[in-house]
Amino acid sequence: MNAAERCDLLIVGAGPAGMAAAIAAAPSGMAITVVDDNIHPGGQIWRDGPGVQLPPLARQHRDALARHPHIRLLCGTRVVGLGGPAAPGDAPALLLEDAERGWVQHCHRLILGNGARELLLPFPGWTLPGVTGAGGLQALIKGGLSVKGQRIVVAGTGPLLLAAADTARKAGAQVIRIAEQAPWQALAAFTLQLPRWPAKALQASTLLNRHWRTSSHVLQAKGQAQLESVQMQRGNSQETLACDRLACGFGLVPNTQMGQLLGCTLNDRLGLQVDNLMATSVPHVYAAGECTGFGGSERALTQGAIAGHAAAGDTARAQALLPTLARWQGFADLLHTQFQLTDAVRQLATPDTLVCRCEDVPLRDLQARTGWIDAKLHTRCGMGACQGRVCGAATQALFGWTPAPPRHLLAPARIGTLAQSQPSTNICP
Amino acid sequence: MQHADVIVIGAGIVGAACAHVLARQGLSVLVLDARLGGATAAGMGHLVVLDDNPAELALSQASVALWHEWGPRMTADQPGCAYTNCGTLWLAANDAEMAGAEEKARRMRDHGLACEMLDATALRRAEPSLHPDLVGALKVSGDSIVYAPNAAQWLLQQAPHKIRFEQAEATHIDGGRVQLAGGSWREAQAVVLAAGIHATRFCPELPIQPKKGHLLITDRYPGTVQHQLVELGYITNAHQTTGTSVAFNLQPRPTGQLLLGSSRQFDTTDPTVDQDVLAQMLRRALDYMPGLADLNAIRTWTGFRATTPDSMPIIGRHPTRDQLWLAVGHEGLGVTTAPATAELLAAQMTGGGLPLDPAPFAAQRFSLPA
Amino acid sequence: MSMPNTSIHVVIDGTAVTLAPGHSLAAALALLPPGCSRTSVTGERRAPFCGMGICHECRVLVDGRRRLACQTLCSDGMVVDTGTHPQEGSV
Repeated sequence: MNAAERCDLLIVGAGPAGMAAAIAAAPSGMAITVVDDNIHPGGQIWRDGPGVQLPPLARQHRDALARHPHIRLLCGTRVVGLGGPAAPGDAPALLLEDAERGWVQHCHRLILGNGARELLLPFPGWTLPGVTGAGGLQALIKGGLSVKGQRIVVAGTGPLLLAAADTARKAGAQVIRIAEQAPWQALAAFTLQLPRWPAKALQASTLLNRHWRTSSHVLQAKGQAQLESVQMQRGNSQETLACDRLACGFGLVPNTQMGQLLGCTLNDRLGLQVDNLMATSVPHVYAAGECTGFGGSERALTQGAIAGHAAAGDTARAQALLPTLARWQGFADLLHTQFQLTDAVRQLATPDTLVCRCEDVPLRDLQARTGWIDAKLHTRCGMGACQGRVCGAATQALFGWTPAPPRHLLAPARIGTLAQSQPSTNICP
Repeated sequence: MQHADVIVIGAGIVGAACAHVLARQGLSVLVLDARLGGATAAGMGHLVVLDDNPAELALSQASVALWHEWGPRMTADQPGCAYTNCGTLWLAANDAEMAGAEEKARRMRDHGLACEMLDATALRRAEPSLHPDLVGALKVSGDSIVYAPNAAQWLLQQAPHKIRFEQAEATHIDGGRVQLAGGSWREAQAVVLAAGIHATRFCPELPIQPKKGHLLITDRYPGTVQHQLVELGYITNAHQTTGTSVAFNLQPRPTGQLLLGSSRQFDTTDPTVDQDVLAQMLRRALDYMPGLADLNAIRTWTGFRATTPDSMPIIGRHPTRDQLWLAVGHEGLGVTTAPATAELLAAQMTGGGLPLDPAPFAAQRFSLPA
Repeated sequence: MSMPNTSIHVVIDGTAVTLAPGHSLAAALALLPPGCSRTSVTGERRAPFCGMGICHECRVLVDGRRRLACQTLCSDGMVVDTGTHPQEGSV
């Protein structure tokens, strides 16, 4: 059995929010551990990999993290569940696992920087090899996936489509279409507001692509052993595009499962609710970044710094950042009102289309069910490896169901890891 | 106004089996279930002959024999029932346990059950994943597994003109009348209470305690394990009446997943997974199968077994309340003993020939408060 | 900053692939089109999907343990099984 470990501050997630939190808290002298289940720190937006050119701000944060002797960074490390009783005045203990071992991690204060995941909706053929999320394809390319010379259709909704297309193009792919499901009127409103945030406006203009179409969405992905073509709706007509890859995502969903397992309440944006100092509803637990709701990297950095200062007990420095936070909150509020999903993209699945990919549950089996729990009892929807992270968000968009938060395991965990615990005296074998 | 000949409260495996057998004997049955979820949805569905005492052996043997008929029929009809005759290996960790296993084998053979002793070499051939230091095992070939929630559903669907199901929460029993939440009543000649740990809300005088158990299921690893694997200490465990204990119990699911148990805990109705007890249960499992450490668990959950002071179910007439019959308190053997419970209860209710001596299961064996 | 040019050799379902250091296992899978990682419960072949450790479509057996290919760095000598044939034998 591995010994339990303890640090003063545990930060889950090494994206912008987590890194900013660690750097803000570091001068306090707290022993800080940052964990992230990806190969490198950076989260999604600052994902590193072979051939990636990190933006200067990302490089600065990575270097600052590496420079501080009190910050221990553990990549390839995942929180799989709760870690049993904690000392009085401490944050909840967590059960961690990496490729080699599992252990209980105690901490005095906990900051959740779990980020967000893509909303992936079902449509005929979405399980074919060659179909990925939009952010998904971007992440895979950054991890070294070769797309040289491949024809790629990017579809779904949101600014992420342009960013993903840009990454693919720079990696040598031929992006033949970017299909945005929102109508241009909605996007015009968004782009008109952008000048309030000059950096974002500049970013947007560099990403614009001549293959971008609005009021356009995928109807079906086709192919035998892998993707060969996609059938698209475009306004009132349809088109079929031969392609090698389809990168399709419908916006972002905050990763709140860990917070919910800890007992944190949610806000009205389906993110973890936090106060001005990023404290959640659970004592000694803070949250920052996209897990509190979709807001962009600048807001994540600010929230992260506030959380870091607050967790270190430096309320003054935390509060000094509130005006900056308010500015980026405005951008977050704008994003929230734009890129709403049309009814059409909620109704792409046919009765045969699989909705739960882990357990191969088709739409037909779910249509008679009354809610998430009812579906779980009568089908195997949500009972597989992803614990409802894909199908839970999908059925929420399709049917309005509220997925239940996890009760014990956050992710598949090795039995060897779960066999760890605090010693107990009242059990007999 | 009579809604049926019999009302059955509880559509878990025991209630469903009772409804099924009563309907086969020509009675109309109204089955009520609040859909709270109970032991049937949480348990392993291991169909196993247990022989801690003669009554348990008689009941489980008769019932496993009935499963040999019911199981293949329901699975041919509804593959999700997944009845599989995989057999049980009772594992001996030392010579004393091996001697105990041999005695168990004698007892079983005397009762006509097919079983075979495996020495260490034969055991390693039968189940290469087990710890090599295990001394041997008793193989009981007739034991099987079934997916109980789907089996219960099948049992209720076989006589559509005789069995009616109503999703409703029963709140009160008065003779042959049952009141539902919302105030309305249902009426029959007789009421069968098959509500597991919820039985005490209708009959607080019944000595039924919830006994919490933990379970874990892995990702798919087909071909890893062939038989249901149980440590010999399981039997003692199942009959303890206090404290917290664990015993190794592993079932290979037809999906290729491994279903792992078991733990027993009194004095709690908290369904939260207890990380300490789970860890103890897993450490026990690793003693028997070290390679489990590398396998991924994808889900953990708990369930509550309805337990009586002597760990035997109550099957028969309520001692003082007219028109009320009981099929409750099956501990961890509810799925196994559901068919024989139903046959015994139906025979008592209709005055038919009794398939088993009912005395060990009579409610009268407990001195119940008036 | 340039790295020494040591190639990484990974065996996927018995086939060897070679790539530069720093690639994820998901990138390595794609070198054997269509880059599948597992077989679904109804027998469909699946490939990495979400790219960020959420969907678990890319779970593969690496040296006996299940890992997510999109979050695993290739290392020299890695042996990867994507479940093209039923497993037999012990854990």
